[in-house]
Parts: sequence; C-alpha cells; structure tokens
Amino acid sequence: MKKLQQYSLLVFWTVLFIYPFLWMLSATLRPEREIKGFGIWPSEVSLYNYAQVFEKIPILRAFLNSIFVALVVTVAVVVFCSMIGYALSRLHFRGRDAIFYIVLFTMMIPFQIILIPLYILMVKFGWVNSYLALIVPWMVSALGIVLFRQYFQSIPKDLLEAARIDGCNEVQIIFRIIWPNSIPTLITVGILTFMTTWNEVLWPLIVIRDTHLMTMPQLVTIFAVGGQAENQLGVQLAAATLLALPVIVAYAFFQKYFIESMATTGLK
Amino acid sequence: MKAGLHKNKKGKSDKIGYLLVSPYLLHLCLFVGFPIVFCFVLVFHKWDIVSEMEWVGLTNFSRLFQDKLFFKAILNTLTFLLVHIPLQLIIALFLAELLNQKLKIRGFFRASFFMPVVVSGVVITILWDQIYAQDTGMLNLILAKFGMPKMRWLTSPELAMPSIAIMATWKNVGLYIVLFLVGLQAVPKYLYEAADLEGASHWYKFTRITLPMINPTVYMVVILSTIGGFSLFIEPYVMTGGGPMNSTLSAVLYIYNQGFFFYHMGYAATLAFFFAAIIFAVIMIQRKVIEKESAY
Repeated sequence: MKKLQQYSLLVFWTVLFIYPFLWMLSATLRPEREIKGFGIWPSEVSLYNYAQVFEKIPILRAFLNSIFVALVVTVAVVVFCSMIGYALSRLHFRGRDAIFYIVLFTMMIPFQIILIPLYILMVKFGWVNSYLALIVPWMVSALGIVLFRQYFQSIPKDLLEAARIDGCNEVQIIFRIIWPNSIPTLITVGILTFMTTWNEVLWPLIVIRDTHLMTMPQLVTIFAVGGQAENQLGVQLAAATLLALPVIVAYAFFQKYFIESMATTGLK
Repeated sequence: MKAGLHKNKKGKSDKIGYLLVSPYLLHLCLFVGFPIVFCFVLVFHKWDIVSEMEWVGLTNFSRLFQDKLFFKAILNTLTFLLVHIPLQLIIALFLAELLNQKLKIRGFFRASFFMPVVVSGVVITILWDQIYAQDTGMLNLILAKFGMPKMRWLTSPELAMPSIAIMATWKNVGLYIVLFLVGLQAVPKYLYEAADLEGASHWYKFTRITLPMINPTVYMVVILSTIGGFSLFIEPYVMTGGGPMNSTLSAVLYIYNQGFFFYHMGYAATLAFFFAAIIFAVIMIQRKVIEKESAY
C-alpha cells in the first residue's frame, strides 16, 4: 500500500516534468489554431512550423556555429585545464600553492563585475562579431582546474615515476599516462563545459550582432523576442524544439554521465 | 650523485611547471585581472566606448543611490529568491526522500526530474510562456477545470516575478534532487535504526537526524540557487522584457540595458560593482545563518 502511494507520487511528478516537453513537441506539429489547451493528440500532423523556421532564420548555420564554438571551447578547456591541474598537483615549483589559491578565489568572483570590462576588451581587440569573442575568453575554466587537480592527486606516484624512468617527458606523461587513467574526470569536465557553452545566451547577445555568426540559443532568443516569429506560437515553439532536440537526444543516451557531471558543480 | 639528480630534476620541474600553468596565468591576467581592475577605473568615468572617456569622480555612485529603478531591480531579484529558494529546498528534499528508497526504475524517475536541467533556459522560457498564457495556457485551463478563476501569471505586477521563480524552480530542481540524494545516501543507516528502536516518528527522524546530517548540502543548495537567482536574465528578457511595470526587471537585465542598450559603460560598471558587493554580502549572511542553525 505504501509502495503504491510512493509510485503514484513519483509518476505524478514525472508527468509534471515530462509532459510540458511532449506538449511542446506536439504543438509544433499542429496547425496554429489547435495550439491551446493541454491535449497532445494532433488532429492533423504537418511540418509547416519547422519549414517556417528554416525559411525565416539561418537556424542550420546557428546550429553549426554553436557546435563549433562549444567543441573548440571544450577541447581547449580539457587540454589546458588538465595541463594546469597536473602542474598544480604533481609538480613542485615556487608559487604553486599561491596559484591554486588564486584559482579558488576567482571562482568566487561574480561574473557580473567582469561583464562590461570584458566586452570593452573585445571591442579593443576587434573581436566583436567574431568567433574569437565566443571562444578565447572561455578557454580556461577555474572549475575545470580544480576538478582535474583533485583527481590527479589520487593517481599513484609509482605510475608517474615509472613513466619518467622510461623516458617520458612531462607533456607525454599528461597525455599518455594521466589521461587514460582519468577518463571519468575528462568526461565530467567535457560535458560540463560543452553544456555551459552550448546554453550560454547572455555573452553571445553582447558580442555577436551579425545574424550569421549567432549561436543557436541566441538566434532562437532573438527570433522569439524580436517579433520575427510574428506571434506564430507554432513557429516559435518549433524553433525552441530544434534548440532542445540535440541536447535531449544526447541526454537520452548519456543521461548517467550528464547527471553525474552536473552534480559535481555542487563541489563549488 | 643521488642528491645531484634530485636537484637537477627539481630545477627542470620548476621550468616545466611554469610552462604548463602559463596559459592559465595569461588567461587570468587578460580575462579576469584586467576586467576587474578596469571595472574600478570605469566607475569613475562616463563613457560610451566611441568618444573619449570622461572623468566624473563619484557622480556614478551618487546617481546610483538615487536610481529608484536599480533598487527596484534588486528588490525584484530578492523577491525571486524569496519564492525560489524555499520552493526549491522543499521540493528537492521531498523528491530526494521519495527517491531514496528501494524502488524499481528509480533511474528513470531521476532522469525525468533532471531533464529540464540540461535543456537551455531559452527553450524553457518559450515553453512556459505558453503554459502561463492567460486564455489558452495549460495552467489556467487546469485551474478552470477545478472551477478556479484564471490567473494573470505574467501580466500582473504582483504575480509575474513569483511566476518566473516557479518556472526557474521547475527547471533547476532536478539538479538539487541529485545533490540531496548524494547527501541522503551518506547518512549512516544505524542512526535511523537506533531511532526506530526508540519508536521515533517519521517527522522526528527527519528533523533530528536527516536535516542535521545533510546540513552541508542544504547550505550548498541555498548558495547555488542564490548565485543562480542573482544571475537571472534570460527568463525576464524573453518572457516579459522586465515588465509589467518593471516588476520582473532583474539586476542583470538592468545592467545589460544600461551597458548594451544605452551604452552607459561607466554607469553599468558601477551598477555591476555595487551588485557584486550585494551578492557577496547576501552569501556571507546566509553562511552565518546556516552555520548557526547547524550549531544545534
């Protein structure tokens, strides 16, 4: 009896979290006049709304922009932060601990204070309206450094010593010895960085004005806010669905990794 | 010989160490250090980026203290937090407790609750815009089924910000469920067994064992939702544009407007500087309060 109660509660909450997404998907397939209420069975199915999205905005280009930016940032963060995390955990040099404290300190700085001056810097560099502004300032992440450093500390010393005796230099050690032994952390930092970069909207809104360079969330935002969707709900929702789809598909396959990775933000 | 080798290795280690952290130092100076220093410079200037910077002394600060709209924006942000944090804590703890049992397809439930976390805030906002719609929205139609009056979720100044806070809770709560689950699983089972022997009630066990044991998680959840709340931007930007009657104007949205709509760079930097100080103060206060609570 108690079990039944538990399960019905859980099912109720599951519906609460999943149903809106199903409703959104179905709404995009229906004619405009039928998008109301909470039913999800369309009387007729058409891809008209999606065709409208592709016609009105360069959504495919935005998708590719987003993939490109998120991929480059993710690779850079994983490479740089693992190098830095390695140096801060396994090498000894003067000022090492001071640098680590600075890393921890920068995690406490609210991003709001950086926003305006960073934009001005982009203007001075001539990076406004270019991929550089979307990529370069985010190629190193303090959280990434902390996560790598923490994990690398648990790697046995003997392993590194053996590699050194075999004639590996420090860079080879990172990529040949440390990396294969740190897959979980590589995945965690990778997913976290990719997701954060993919979902970021405020920064692209500030530094990108050219429609063809916009990231996907940015373009969809401007489409919804700027009146290009001409108040057609179906079209707006179709754009939103296209934005959600890649992430939901990835999530369906790798949900365990997503959940575990994002839960590590709790370490902050 | 051995000592010599060691020394040599150490010297080499020094060099390679600096080499490996050099990208960080470069990044730190350019994209963290410089902006912070430059923010201090900006607060004393009037500047629209195009023309010359103009020294204005403390004018930006005196303007800030008379800026009713900015204080309204901060108040709005606090309203958001006041709804968001308790709601988040209660729902996350409730669902985490519910999930922290031997259940079939537990993973499925967890994954469902977590789904809105991974989806972009833009999508959630466009979707909830429809859910909140006054005449055709899902929520009002459900209310109508139960014979309740339609609510002006996004169009009444009193309700708009709480509505956004409810949506944000729906989006983020999955993350906090997972964090609480980790916390709950770390509570030693024997504590509950001992309490069971004494015939303790559910409520007693929850308030005297569970809550004190997961206090660090509560603290973390409060801090994370606070930081999230203070970053509130895209939801009002897409949904309400800060309206009605500026009731959903968040501090970040106001700073954004000042900086990137009016190009008041000096003033926007001043606002950001002041706002960062407030964030810091609020988090410090929360830390004090929660530490006091856990002293029991």
